[in-house]
Amino acid sequence: MTQITSLSLFELIKNIKEKKISSNEVSKSFIDRSEKSKKLNAYVTENFENCLKLSKEFDNKPNFDLKLPGIPIAVKDLFCTNEVRTTAGSNILNNFVPSYESTVTQNIWNEGGILLGKLNCDEFAMGSSNETSFFGNVQNPIAKDLVPGGSSGGSSSALAANLTPVTIGTDTGGSIRQPASFTGTVGLKPTYGSCSRYGIVAFASSLDQAGPMSKDVKDSSILLEVISSFDKKDSTSIDYKRNNYSSDLTRNIKGIKIGIPKEYRVDGMPDEIESLWKKGIEYAKDCGAEIIDISLPHTSYALPTYYIVAPAEASSNLARYDGVKYGLRSYGESLIDMYEKTRSEGFGEEVKRRIMIGTYVLSSGYYDAYYLKAQKVRQLIKQDFDQAYNKVDAILTPSTPSSAFKIGEKSNDPVSMYLNDIFTVPVNLAGLPGISIPAGTDKNNYPLGLQIIGKPFDEQTVLNIAYSMEEKINYKNNITDWWME
Amino acid sequence: MTIDLKTVKHISKLARISLEERKAEKLADDMNSIFEFIEKLNELKTENVEPLTSIAETTLRFREDKITSDNIREKILKNSPEKNDDFFVVPKVVE
Repeated sequence: MTQITSLSLFELIKNIKEKKISSNEVSKSFIDRSEKSKKLNAYVTENFENCLKLSKEFDNKPNFDLKLPGIPIAVKDLFCTNEVRTTAGSNILNNFVPSYESTVTQNIWNEGGILLGKLNCDEFAMGSSNETSFFGNVQNPIAKDLVPGGSSGGSSSALAANLTPVTIGTDTGGSIRQPASFTGTVGLKPTYGSCSRYGIVAFASSLDQAGPMSKDVKDSSILLEVISSFDKKDSTSIDYKRNNYSSDLTRNIKGIKIGIPKEYRVDGMPDEIESLWKKGIEYAKDCGAEIIDISLPHTSYALPTYYIVAPAEASSNLARYDGVKYGLRSYGESLIDMYEKTRSEGFGEEVKRRIMIGTYVLSSGYYDAYYLKAQKVRQLIKQDFDQAYNKVDAILTPSTPSSAFKIGEKSNDPVSMYLNDIFTVPVNLAGLPGISIPAGTDKNNYPLGLQIIGKPFDEQTVLNIAYSMEEKINYKNNITDWWME
Repeated sequence: MTIDLKTVKHISKLARISLEERKAEKLADDMNSIFEFIEKLNELKTENVEPLTSIAETTLRFREDKITSDNIREKILKNSPEKNDDFFVVPKVVE
């Protein structure tokens, strides 16, 4: 049999159900490989011993009716896990051990999944390269000293390197789709309100959404089915009939209308991205889709809008880190002095920058000029999509304006780093589902992704188009295990 | 519009983040380049546009106002940097 760690989630489930392999064997394989892959720095906290123990318990009393029977899964360290340290990539939460579980991870354990460990990410999910993490840079398994994308960079790295069969990330402006694109993997951001935000360390609450990351589309459909649920504990969770995403998955997309937005042809976009997009359009046609030119006229305003809305919400959400009830505390003469020193020492540079921007745009005299203005433009961006969806069922774009870049290449220029999310941010602002699938490589052989954006709550169509195109594209990651001793 | 050092210091007070002089200058530069990029929004006329405050088109749900958790005092205090019996401890706030 091929190596256990290179099997897809679907294949692992099948093998476990047919009793060809045990949960303990599977767990051991991923743990062994993770132990040999420390150079990637994908993990912040390992849960290996506990994982082995739980896998044995599963094998002793297996339940094969579960959707993830005895499957070990590592998750982004932004999900609170009961009794397992949760850092959000920040010094301020370095010693935080939650006494409760996020709904999304609880859904995974309820279906038989077992926690393998907590994966590195940009601090409070603020970043596009994993370089803002307090726990250091993460290597992209594609090539040495290449960023794995961000903020779910530990997740994308661990997934592409076969350290976990699937994983979950969170996506506020592209943090699932961009790292998936940079590592030749699949990443899906569901509709806002689809997966509960309860127990996810908050960044920008009107944009944050959890989603699956996997080696192929089918695996994402299996994991989405598990994590998507209505949850009373999240005030913006939406109660609607969810599909059986994996059993409803089909490659028959004949007659589906796919829109191509002309505004995504941005200045300075490399030819490689342009030609990848053209190839994608051909693949979609081959699959039986009808291609329609559309316009999303406010696209170029999405990033400036995002960089008001997201920092504003972040500055409010992160006000809770004050050194009193949990997290780091620095010594101060007075209460205010203690607050200020704790936050100065506990937060990294990018997080402080965003808190400052957010505080500024919400401060007296500037609220209307910035925050209110951004909310109005957000409405226009959403209306662009509403109008487009009168004509089409889904939209096809590149996932990112470039392939993965070198560690350190963009870390001194915040605006150039922000531009990475130019194609993913509008989707969060409009609350839509979007998937990135690997679609080719650039001149350096680094992966490039295509993004499929759907109507609200229509993850199934997004998955079906991706599933159908994936077969035609037939992309395979070429990973050499260069990081192993 | 430029954000000067005085404004940066004022904002850092509001945000409760202490700031060294050297870092404040760098932060002012960064914020100016970010706001230069944000100013693009002024190209759009938005007088008659309704602000989008929530993307989830739903009204907030009501629930009964009742206690749903057991005694979780220990759990809540567990992560506190400093505690005394059942209380969080902070630096002295009254003279």
